[in-house]
Order: sequence, then structure tokens, then C-alpha cells
Amino acid sequence: MILQELKISDTPTNQFVIDINGLWKLFGKDNEVLKGVTLQVKTGENLVMLGKSGSGKSITIKCLVGLLLADKGSLKVFDTDITQLDYTQLNKIRLRIGFLFQNSALYDSMTVRQNLEFPLKRHSKKLTDTEVNSAVSEALDSVGLLEAIDKMPSELSGGMRKRVGLARTLILKPEIILYDEPTTGLDPITSREISELILSIQQKNKTTSIIITHDMACAKLTGDRIVMLRDGVIYLEGTYAELEQNKDEWVRSFFE
Amino acid sequence: MTGYLKDVFTNTGNISLFTGRFFKAVFKQPFELKEFAKQCYLLGYKALPLVGITGFIMGLVLTLQSRPTLVTFGAEAWLPGMVALSLIKEVAPIITALICAGKISSGIGAELGSMKVTEQIDAMEVSAINPFKYLVVTRILATTLMVPLLVVFADCIGVFGGYVGMNIHSDINVFRYLNKILESLTFLDIMPATIKTIFFGFFIGMIGCYKGFTAANGTESVGKAANSAVVAASLTIFIIDMMAVQLTDILFKP
Repeated sequence: MILQELKISDTPTNQFVIDINGLWKLFGKDNEVLKGVTLQVKTGENLVMLGKSGSGKSITIKCLVGLLLADKGSLKVFDTDITQLDYTQLNKIRLRIGFLFQNSALYDSMTVRQNLEFPLKRHSKKLTDTEVNSAVSEALDSVGLLEAIDKMPSELSGGMRKRVGLARTLILKPEIILYDEPTTGLDPITSREISELILSIQQKNKTTSIIITHDMACAKLTGDRIVMLRDGVIYLEGTYAELEQNKDEWVRSFFE
Repeated sequence: MTGYLKDVFTNTGNISLFTGRFFKAVFKQPFELKEFAKQCYLLGYKALPLVGITGFIMGLVLTLQSRPTLVTFGAEAWLPGMVALSLIKEVAPIITALICAGKISSGIGAELGSMKVTEQIDAMEVSAINPFKYLVVTRILATTLMVPLLVVFADCIGVFGGYVGMNIHSDINVFRYLNKILESLTFLDIMPATIKTIFFGFFIGMIGCYKGFTAANGTESVGKAANSAVVAASLTIFIIDMMAVQLTDILFKP
């Protein structure tokens, strides 16, 4: 509720909070990574995106937050085509989207506390120190890492870094969270903990999520729906159970 | 050869655009005063010991090296003035700027380069914080302010070093020493030499930030960013120095 004043009033009129239509992304002249990705995500849905490395999954979500510019197609978030926005307008949308990076992207020169305070203090200048402290504690507590509050990122393990990254994302109370390979490089136990955390965040905060992963256990646990990206387009979509039954050899290779 | 030329032109074009982006961003709110002050401390204050030691040695060595020649001509009395002139007009600005290119420019290049590679800059961007304003503008402003101050500091320490050097062979009173220096220095010796250091500072920050901010992906590019920042900044310092000295010569020819 702290950041309420920052939220722009438009709430999506249709049920799709993310609506990607015919997204193309090229690198150089010949390297077409995305060739018309079309994808809709409903409010409150957990969508898992599967695909080989280099198939453009991360690029899709980076286009969604304006980190990369789409070459063609529309990218509607909260009913607003983000390709048409200027920098200030885009930043207003970005405040409503959380992004968990593959390597957590914690600010190395800051402690865990400062990492969390940084976005909060800058976007909500009216907050008192007590309010900031309680928001930081609350976010860290929700990922179960309150004891690491004064540690430097270099002192944390991979799983802890992911949790702190998630807490930093949560502190701005986003309505959408984009996870870029949240369990990659973690042991199976920590992977499961992170997957459970993703699920509990969605249930508690009613967030909409896109989760990019290669970890089928994570996909099974967190995904309401799974889309599979192949050769720059959405190849297949369905629930985990549906895709598991699919006879296609390429699809089977993910599930075996 | 065409590939190399293309690279040179592309780089020049990109640095110009980067500079343009800096001037567009610098006057826009929010002004990151806290981060600017922090960078002034980190980039300027932390370089004080290095600059101080170098300045002292420069003054001392310059005095000891020049002394025999002047003694031969019986012009030892000119020694303080001559040393102070060379220090203030050329040696201190160039040596300090080169030290800063090595310490500050490479430091900024490596820091921003590693932030780029580990997606920390992207993380700032997606949390609606302008990384260019927060990281680049503050650092360039800090170096633009701190390098001239470091040069003035090096001037003073260098003059003190010169005094110590004088006292190794002869006994000269500190007031007489300073008086000799002030007699031979004019406003036109100090001002152009100090003004050019503002440009040194600006380009030390600008090149470090450009190299770091535009580093490619992969850890190797962090080293490359730091290394090329030092090379480019050092070369730029000499080019600016050459231009500044020629301009001063044209404008204030006696």
C-alpha cells in the first residue's frame, strides 16, 4: 500500500494483463530470434515458458519491460502498448512489474538492506525511516531471509541471492513478476524452495507471473499453463499434464 | 584497414552521442546529489595520498635535476620560480591527470562494466531508476570537479617538495622561497593551466563511463573496458593538453 500513490489508475479492461501480439526481434540483419510470438497472460496466472537455450525466452520478457526494443509487433501490458510509450510513461509501467534476473543482479556495493531500500526510497520519498525499515523487514521475511539483512551480496549463497533478488522485487509490490530462470544453478532442494516461494507469492499477492525455466520440477509446481517456444514462435501450449501426454518428439525430450 | 577506420569513426560517433546524452541528462531532475557527493569522496578524496606522494616527488626531483644546470650559469636564484612554473603549468596537471586516468578512469570502467555484465544496470532500469543519471552523470560531474582540485593539491605539495629539494643543497628560508615563486608566477601562468584540468577531469570520467556502460557481455569485457578506458583517457589528456597549450599561446602571446 506504501506505493499506492505511484500506481497509475488504469486497470486492464480485458482479462489479459499481458498481451503480446506478433513480436519480432532481430539481432543484426539475419539473426531473427523471435518471429512473431503471440502470447496472452490472464490476471493472476502463472505462465511457464519453456524452450531451448537461445530460443528467445529471456528476450521476450526483456522486451516486455522495455530493456530491449521490439522490431515488430505489439506488447500490451495493463492494456497499454509499451512500444508506444516515452521513457517517463514506460517507467510508470515498470514500477508495476517486478523482474527477477537470472543471476539476481544484486547491487554488489550495497548491503542486502541497502539493496532493498534503494528502489523503495527513490520511488516513495515521503516514507519515514521506520516505514522503510518495516517494508524491508517484511519483504525479507516473506522470503525467509531476515537474518541476512546486513550482509553483503558476496557473502550470500546462490539460493540466498535469488531470495534477496525476489525480496527486492517484492518491495515495490508489483502486479506482474517476470522470473528469468529462477532455479538455474541451484541444487534440487533449494530449487524446490524457490519454486514453492514463487507459488506462495502468487497466491498471497495475487500477482501475474511469467516464469522462464528449464527446470521441469519448477514448471510442474508453479505453472498454471505452459508455453513452449521453438524457432522464434510459440510451438505449443497447455497445462503440464496435457503437455506431458504429448507425442511430439521435441516436446517429449523436455519431459523425459 | 577499412574495418579499423570504421571502428574509429563508430567509436567517435558513439562517444559524441554519449556526451550529448550526458548534457541532456545533467540539467534534468532528479539531481543525484547524495551519489555525487559519494563519488566525489570515492574518486577524489581517495586519490589524495597517491596524488600527494607523486606531487611531492615531482617537486623534489625537478628541483634536484634542474639545480646543476642553473648553478653552472650562476642562476640558482631562479630555481624556485622555474620549478614552480614547470610544475604548475605542465608537470602537475599532466602527471595528476595521468594518475587519475589510471586510477579513476579504469576504476569507473571496471565498476560499470561489471555492473553491466551482471545485469545490475538492467536491474536499475527495470525498477524505473535512470542508470545513466545515477551512475554516469554523477561520476562525470565528480571527476570534473575533483581532478582540478587534485591538480591544485599536487601543485601545492609539489612546491613543498621543491622546497625540501632546495634545502638539501642550500639553506633557504620558506618565506624567501615562496616569495621567489610568487615573483615569477603570473595569473596567466595559473589560470589556463587550471582550466585545462577541468577538461581533463571531464574526459577522464566520460571515457571511463562510456567504456564501462557500453561493455559487451561476458567477464572478459570488464577487463577490456578498464584497459581501454586508461589508454583512451591518457591519449585524450595529451591531445587536450596540446590543444590547450596552443590556444593559450595564441590568445596570450606576450
